[in-house]
Amino acid sequence: MDIAPYLLLATLEGLVQASVLMLTALGLSLVFGVMRVVNVAHGEFYMLGAVGAWLCATLIPGHPAISFAVALIVAPLIVGLLAALADRAILQRINYNPEATIVSTIGISYIIQQLTLMTFGPDARAVDPPFYYNIRFPWFGYSSYKFFIIGVAVALVATLWLLMKHSKMGLLMRATQYDRETALNFGIPVGRVYSAVFAFGAMMAAVAGVLVVPNSQAHYLMGHDPLLMSFIVVIVGGLGSIPGTIAAAVLIGLSDGLLSVFFSPTLAKIASTLLVALVLVFKPQGLFGKAGRI
Amino acid sequence: MTIPNKKLFALCLVVLALLFMAQFVLSNYLVLALTRILILAIFAMGYNMLMGYTGLLSLGHAMFFAAGLYAAGLANYYGGVSLPIAFVIGILGGGVLAFVIGLLALRTQTVSFMIVTLMFAQVAYLLTLYFSNVTGGDQGLTLPTASRSFSLFGLAVDLTSPMVRFNIALTLFAVVLIGLFAVTQGPLGRLFVAVRENINRTEMLGFDTYRIRLLAFTISGAISGLAGALYGLMFGFIGSSFAEFRSSIEVLLFTLVGGPGTLLGPLVGTGVMTMLIDRLSGMTSAYLIVVGVLLIVINLWFPKGILGTIRDRWVPWLK
Amino acid sequence: MAEVILLKTRGLKRHFGGLKAVDGVDFTLRKGEIRAIIGPNGAGKSTFVSLLSGRIPPSEGTVEFDGQDVTALPAHRRVRLGIAYTFQITNIYPSMSVLENVAVAAQSRLRPSFLRKGASETEIEDAARAALAAVGLDDRLDEVAGVLAYGHQRLLEVAMGLALEPKLLILDEPTQGLSDSEIANFIEVVKRVAQSSTVLLIEHNMHVVMSLADRITVLERGRLLAEGSPAEIMNDKAVQAAYLGEPA
Repeated sequence: MDIAPYLLLATLEGLVQASVLMLTALGLSLVFGVMRVVNVAHGEFYMLGAVGAWLCATLIPGHPAISFAVALIVAPLIVGLLAALADRAILQRINYNPEATIVSTIGISYIIQQLTLMTFGPDARAVDPPFYYNIRFPWFGYSSYKFFIIGVAVALVATLWLLMKHSKMGLLMRATQYDRETALNFGIPVGRVYSAVFAFGAMMAAVAGVLVVPNSQAHYLMGHDPLLMSFIVVIVGGLGSIPGTIAAAVLIGLSDGLLSVFFSPTLAKIASTLLVALVLVFKPQGLFGKAGRI
Repeated sequence: MTIPNKKLFALCLVVLALLFMAQFVLSNYLVLALTRILILAIFAMGYNMLMGYTGLLSLGHAMFFAAGLYAAGLANYYGGVSLPIAFVIGILGGGVLAFVIGLLALRTQTVSFMIVTLMFAQVAYLLTLYFSNVTGGDQGLTLPTASRSFSLFGLAVDLTSPMVRFNIALTLFAVVLIGLFAVTQGPLGRLFVAVRENINRTEMLGFDTYRIRLLAFTISGAISGLAGALYGLMFGFIGSSFAEFRSSIEVLLFTLVGGPGTLLGPLVGTGVMTMLIDRLSGMTSAYLIVVGVLLIVINLWFPKGILGTIRDRWVPWLK
Repeated sequence: MAEVILLKTRGLKRHFGGLKAVDGVDFTLRKGEIRAIIGPNGAGKSTFVSLLSGRIPPSEGTVEFDGQDVTALPAHRRVRLGIAYTFQITNIYPSMSVLENVAVAAQSRLRPSFLRKGASETEIEDAARAALAAVGLDDRLDEVAGVLAYGHQRLLEVAMGLALEPKLLILDEPTQGLSDSEIANFIEVVKRVAQSSTVLLIEHNMHVVMSLADRITVLERGRLLAEGSPAEIMNDKAVQAAYLGEPA
């Protein structure tokens, strides 16, 4: 049989994965860019988004599109609130010390994971997609929902871009990122900006989690891979750089989709993790030019 | 040769004596528990040398423990190498891996260093899974019955006896403790602390801080490998769960609880934490939640750990 | 008798992006002298001594120390050759005791390799005590360095430099933030140090410069503007225009 359909399929799958990855990684990158801290609990916020979507689907009767729409709004809001709380209660008190923040967010990630295990349970659970329409290609049918994922991700990233460039909040963020002390002196409420950024970063992960659930399943350990992949994207793209992160997400999402057609997933993971460690060692500014440094 | 910090040295001897006496008082179950604590405390002491004294926070030390475990265990399982030699191979495995990883990872600092060590450890863990036809992967390998005893200098040693295991663990614990006493309380330890306190100043006093950090990293890895080899050979089992991220976090937690940068802190932290985790995991499967809460609580209110707090308040020589 | 040259730079340059912090400096330092480097803010003085100590690499040019080209050597190797540097901003080990601070420096000289045997701990501590006595801190050996008064911390830095027994001691704005009486004491300390070592001093306080310097070098915008005895510099028209003419 011809290889072209395989490649097309792999590319489509890669694009879907790249979209989700782009959202998740941008959340991590934003937090790092503005606050100079690494949030290890980021994958857990993604997982909570997915679990939230499942919860909405179980609680809200009627057409799956309704519960999905609710989940897409409510789950990120709740996750954002949770993240803001964590920021206030913990990160602010350790003064965003970079090392202590990593250790603390590891703690947060264990707590979220285990609480989910105790309530949601150890099983993976599926959620119906909001619509079922299949797009016909000459060789195979492809779920229109997957195109929807790509669309939502692109729209959200475009919005984020505009917000960062043109809104007052974006200005505050950029000012705080540029120089924390000066921002403080200019009366910018740095503490609140930080909470907002941390919450916003978590919300992006949660949106990604909601989007991905009809495609895969919700599980309390599902945050691991997105966290690792986001790390890879953020590091390869240059820490804190938004264009670099987007470029890296597309590159890695696509190549991962293609690679997993030909190689075992474990081997692919070994190779990509090793690559990222070496990028950090030899080219800490990332592969796409110079951005922030750790 | 004069002994620095004599009070601390005396305290170490007292602690060792008390541990030795413990086997005559405690039940078999508790002796077994204490054996595990001693081995994990060796791991934590190796970690503490790097994190506590030299100020390098690694998130990947499970890979060195696992390197020792696998180097020793596989040498015995496939090569039929006798236990004492397998043990030495395990120490070398941890040390050599640490030297190589250190060469790379020490080019980075603070947050990058944490992430790089985490990533390398993740690679190591995934490798144990990928080569599961050799390593046994998640299921692990049980060492053959022949490996449950060995003879050293004509002395037959039976590893199925809890008392024998305890005394081997205690002996090695004592060797590592006294060795680390010599390292940390002497001129070399002064340099480790100098690197932790102010790396630029140390460089400008004429020291190649990269080499100092590499030495600390390698010693730390070799001690972690020693602990891993000991664990695998004594209990006759090697498995990839020891290489998981969780092991790296646990050794960090042991060190944080006991007091980073104190010689006896790792023993205290490991003792307290393993007892606590054992209790809890009997009650709930979600004992990791306690690990999570503790990581946060210690960071917020108790950053010096148990012995570190005692040192700062009352006993300055406890370092 | 020909004077022995201790340090020599040729065409030394350091650019930060478009900024030419140090722009082609030829500089010679003789053994045994006390040399002051002065110049307006932003003249490149700190960058210049950082190039000498090896803390930052030059964009161009060479540094020769004690007859040896040290341009490619990292900072810690230059320290071992005898270039000691004290930071502009106090830079000590805050949580260690005063004695331990200086002991690290003494160890660098007496036990240079951390693997091979060297001097004993007693010898290292004795050397540290001697350096502390030279700056008058020998009554505070066991105090925690971080809680010392600022003036004492500056002296502690000098003691760390002394314990290295350097051929060249570079002091980057050592009297900044000191009181008048502390400055008077500091001048005495440097005079004593100068009996065994060459001293290179960046200093804003003209009183300190005039009481210590044998010769003065003036930098302006990364270039060498003038060099000479204190009297010559005071009367130099170009210097007056560029620097001394400015209200202090």
